[in-house]
Amino acid sequence: MRKTLTIGVALLAIAAGGCARRAPVVDPIPPGPSENLPPAQEVNPVTGDVEPVELPAAQADLVAKAGSDTVYFGTDEHVLDESSRATLAAQARWLLANPAVRASIEGHADERGTREYNLALGERRANSARDFLVQQGVPAARLMTVSWGKERPVAQGSNEESWAQNRRAVTVVVR
Amino acid sequence: MFRKLVFVAAIAASAAVAQDATQSPPPLEVDVVGGIDAPMPIAVPALATPNAVATAAGNTASLGNQVAAVVASDLRSSGLFTPLGPAGLNSYPYVEATSPAFPRWRGSGAQALVSGFVEARPDGRITVGCYLFDVASGRELARQGYVVGAAEWRRAAHKCADAIYTRLSGEGPFFDSRVVYVAETGPKKARVKRIAIMDADGSNHRYLTEGKVTALNPRFSPDGRQLVYTSYLGRIPRVFVIDIASGNERLLVPGRIMTFAPRFSPNGRDIVFSMAQNGNTDLYVVNAYGGPPRRLTATPGADTSPSYSPDGSRIVFESDRSGTQQLYVMNADGSGQRRISFGGGRYASPAWSPRGNRIAFTRIGGTFNIGVMDPSGGNVKILTDGWQDEGPSWAPNGQFVMFHRTSQGSGQSILYAVSVNGGRARRLPTPQDGSDPSWSPLQN
Repeated sequence: MRKTLTIGVALLAIAAGGCARRAPVVDPIPPGPSENLPPAQEVNPVTGDVEPVELPAAQADLVAKAGSDTVYFGTDEHVLDESSRATLAAQARWLLANPAVRASIEGHADERGTREYNLALGERRANSARDFLVQQGVPAARLMTVSWGKERPVAQGSNEESWAQNRRAVTVVVR
Repeated sequence: MFRKLVFVAAIAASAAVAQDATQSPPPLEVDVVGGIDAPMPIAVPALATPNAVATAAGNTASLGNQVAAVVASDLRSSGLFTPLGPAGLNSYPYVEATSPAFPRWRGSGAQALVSGFVEARPDGRITVGCYLFDVASGRELARQGYVVGAAEWRRAAHKCADAIYTRLSGEGPFFDSRVVYVAETGPKKARVKRIAIMDADGSNHRYLTEGKVTALNPRFSPDGRQLVYTSYLGRIPRVFVIDIASGNERLLVPGRIMTFAPRFSPNGRDIVFSMAQNGNTDLYVVNAYGGPPRRLTATPGADTSPSYSPDGSRIVFESDRSGTQQLYVMNADGSGQRRISFGGGRYASPAWSPRGNRIAFTRIGGTFNIGVMDPSGGNVKILTDGWQDEGPSWAPNGQFVMFHRTSQGSGQSILYAVSVNGGRARRLPTPQDGSDPSWSPLQN
């Protein structure tokens, strides 16, 4: 019994090491608290689709285990810095450990831009984060991208400190 | 929604007052460019009524006063006139509506006089007569008559103001128009944004969306009966087409794909819009009644904020393909793309004038300002000086530009209109904050 277990762990380690260059080692993060999943939504008659529903408990678990659900960007930028990549790598591990949920990657911009350009910019940021998660092995089919442009700031000030907080991409756990 | 206005070509004919041949004062007109500094004094007393009787919208005598007040307010808002009245001016008997007692008006300081009447009709509607006189010569300059439902008396007033403005300025009418915009309420972090519609002077305000989901970018169809806008219904921004009267709406491009920045073509057959996919935003055009979208731009970068030339042959848009937001013009099929903005700063959200001779834009330098340029990119003129002014939309006569101004810190946003000739921007009254205004074509 013990022997079998040891072999199993060793095989897992080999398998994980073997594919480390393409997809990083997946930490055995246990699934998060069971979510009281809302009843399945009906298809909206106007759009013909089902609206993704936020899962607050799973979202809190993502934040707790991955450190953050948000990465930040420079002015007019959509490149991911070292710390953003580390955050997204941890998010990827959480998503792989929680295969029942999907994520809406939501890009945002600061208020110092025109409305429509910021919608485009937010999508670019969301896509940067999404591409990185896919590189980490999260199936693309589980990820959606959305831009909120400058419509949903988290910091209310009109200064560089607030703007830096608002230039972001948020991984929103949905069903 | 609105019953069509019946235009009465010639109402209650009355002899125009004969002009004294020995005195020939210069023709009365306002200088559109210089008018800001020297607005014309114009008397707008309460309109008379042959019979003070009740209508569905009140007594014809009080309607005469209300119509005059709207006419005066419209004329003042153009910046070209200083209206006198109706408050503080004596009313006049019905017979003087068509033959004013000029000696009395000459003492008022007014150069022009608006007179007229409100008369109840047996069918429940009202007739509004509107006359314009040169006070010095006593010459009649314009006359118009409108038959409207009593509840639509404001439209008759706007038509009257348009007739006066047009006769004296030589510019096209624009008062009888509407505005759609994004009504904003709540704190900066959790703004409720819904589509609202109102007359161009702020009256008859109502909401077209409930506010449960964020709604942006409303624009009129050329006939003024439909809107395109961007809604987050389904947690993703997508373009919808909504019928204003019924509220019926439909998704323009099926599927969960991000679309935004929609605009109708001038003939109403097509809708141009942005589609964002894989970190890249391009312009597409689709038949207004559906069908597969056709791609217009394919350059890496954000191509958005399109606007058709009034003849429908070209589209101006913004793109950051050069590294910063700049303006480009292309043929309506996407061919012949070329950059037109080369000044300092960035240029965004262009809007092609209904006259075709100018493009309004947002210039981003240290602050955000509204400006205008020729379609070739020349003759750049900056019109405003807010901390963040953006999103220009043209009046139907191409003489004014509406936009929204956001305040630093509070994020408060307010609608303003400014003359293309410069001068002070005029605030539009809205029940709450507003952004993204779109001026309708002139109503029928």
